Amino acid sequence: MSRKPAQSLTLFLLLAPAVLWLGVLIVLPHVEILVLSFSERVAPRVYAFGFGNYLEFFTEPLYWRTFARTAIMSILVTAITLVLAFPIALYIARVAQGRMKAMLLLLCLLPFWVSELVRTLGWMMLLRETGVISYMLQAIGVTDQRTEFLYNDGAVILGLVYGGLLFMIVPLANALESLDPSVVEAGFDLGGSRWTVLRRIVIPHAMPGIVAGSIIVFMLTVGNFATPVLLGGKNGLWFTEQIYAQFITRFNWPQGAAFGMLLLLLSSAIVWAGLRLTGQSLGTTLKQA
Amino acid sequence: MLTKRTGLKLATAFAALMITGTAHAAEKLRLLTWADYAPKEVVDQFTKETGIEVEITLSNNEEMISKLRATQGAGFDLVQPSQDRIAGPQTEFGIYKPLDLSKLKSDLFIASMLEATKKNTTIDGKVYGVPHIWGTDGLIVNTKLAPKVADYNDLCDPALAGKTSFRSKRPALIAFAFANGMDPFASYGDAKAYAAMMDKVGAKLAECKKTVKFFWDGKDQLLNALRSGEVVAAMAWDTGGWKLNTESADIKFIAPKSGALGWVDTFAIPAKGRNDDAAYKWINFNMRPEIAAKVAAAAGNFTASNGADKLMQGKLKDQFAESFPKAAIDNIKWYPAVPAGIEEIEGKVLDRLKAGS
Repeated sequence: MSRKPAQSLTLFLLLAPAVLWLGVLIVLPHVEILVLSFSERVAPRVYAFGFGNYLEFFTEPLYWRTFARTAIMSILVTAITLVLAFPIALYIARVAQGRMKAMLLLLCLLPFWVSELVRTLGWMMLLRETGVISYMLQAIGVTDQRTEFLYNDGAVILGLVYGGLLFMIVPLANALESLDPSVVEAGFDLGGSRWTVLRRIVIPHAMPGIVAGSIIVFMLTVGNFATPVLLGGKNGLWFTEQIYAQFITRFNWPQGAAFGMLLLLLSSAIVWAGLRLTGQSLGTTLKQA
Repeated sequence: MLTKRTGLKLATAFAALMITGTAHAAEKLRLLTWADYAPKEVVDQFTKETGIEVEITLSNNEEMISKLRATQGAGFDLVQPSQDRIAGPQTEFGIYKPLDLSKLKSDLFIASMLEATKKNTTIDGKVYGVPHIWGTDGLIVNTKLAPKVADYNDLCDPALAGKTSFRSKRPALIAFAFANGMDPFASYGDAKAYAAMMDKVGAKLAECKKTVKFFWDGKDQLLNALRSGEVVAAMAWDTGGWKLNTESADIKFIAPKSGALGWVDTFAIPAKGRNDDAAYKWINFNMRPEIAAKVAAAAGNFTASNGADKLMQGKLKDQFAESFPKAAIDNIKWYPAVPAGIEEIEGKVLDRLKAGS
């Protein structure tokens, strides 16, 4: 009899930090943002309830176009990251053994010991007009004048793919690790080509990992701020910059809050659509991640 | 990754904290200001004279207002927004408290500048700001690589494609309005006319964007690009231009034909500031000519302190004289107070400018 309350107390104590973390730092601020997003400025210091901030997003092409552009580029980044990460993850999971495997994972992890900002500034040094790559191209005679690689969408995609790789490799390698080698051998024995085995055995098996990695990379990319701001050009406005601008430079918090909620809802909708398209459920995917 | 030395420093700092914590916390002034406005030498002297410690946070106009708005004016004891950015945010958010002018030594200020600032920062008969540092926005030009640049519109010259820059912020809108024969300040009171004018300016800037390399954001980013020749002409603050001029004589700060834009950074006290006495002490201390001269030299700008100009170094004076002949000084467009609502109009034009291709 006396064990039960003790048990539930233990459970409560074990869960408390996580619940507090979620409640105070995530749920509560979001509720406040949600409430804020429904207020409209009537006069100085007078606000009223209304849907105006959301209407603004849909009626002003500027804003939803910025979002669409951000979403499409994020999907592109996710796809490129997947293509680049797959062979690496396959090698780490299936070919590398023992210390080599640990080494390779560590190598993937290493750049993340440095802050995102510093990594991005590193790219700026490489890509700028007076930077390393431009200088090298001139030195070996490929070009005869300085070339600017920075401040365009390509640079932004490069930076984002670089930042997302690790988050794709880890779930992929996890998923591929559990692949039974005998299944692959059986595939070859039955006359399957390398491509057929990859397409019909390896990829379907890795699917939960692919989806998990894609969700993480997509969400990180769509919500990224520093990389598009620093590497992006005069034409490339990322949706997060739009939110920052509303909050900080326009002092229009309700509008910024509405944009924030829309970013959350719309990117969640894209993830949901992705899950439906690939026929995966969130449950199995989360196990992989 | 603690080295021995930093470990030791931490330990001493911790010990010091314990001692002051148990004895008596030193009086503190929490100052929210711009880079270079509170050089270490000046802060140390202030602490020595008054026993008050100064805790400095660096920021810019928009962030200052946003920070204070988030806390309804708490967290800092003294802030330094530009004079045109006080009345609007005060009306809108109530983040400042009125100044007690009897606590300030008004003869330390240049009288005309003090009066103008007071007028611009007065709401319902109460004054919210007094002037500290002033300067201008104009053109930094590499006169060897871009000899023809003389006005804001020249930043759009196709011959300079990919080599010019300005900030995608409100000064650019104001500057290009003047450069294209409009007077934005005259329309401040008429939201409709102002919106129409800004649309015109926005169209001009959208065209100009083709020649822009990037919209600069941080001062260092721009100065580096000008140093390396990646950018040859830009709209920027005078102080940056004079700094580069000291390094390389080809780069000059030019007062544009249609007028440099004059700004004045102020002292204002946040609504929930906890140490007003220290704030007034800091202001009076800073306006003393010998202190003001030191701050002005560190910031590379000019001061509203009466008599500090006589103590300034020769170089900056010469640079100012070269950039600003008499007519150019008379042509400086001083920002009037920004009325509430204007920034929303500008914001949309700027958003469009950055998003459109």
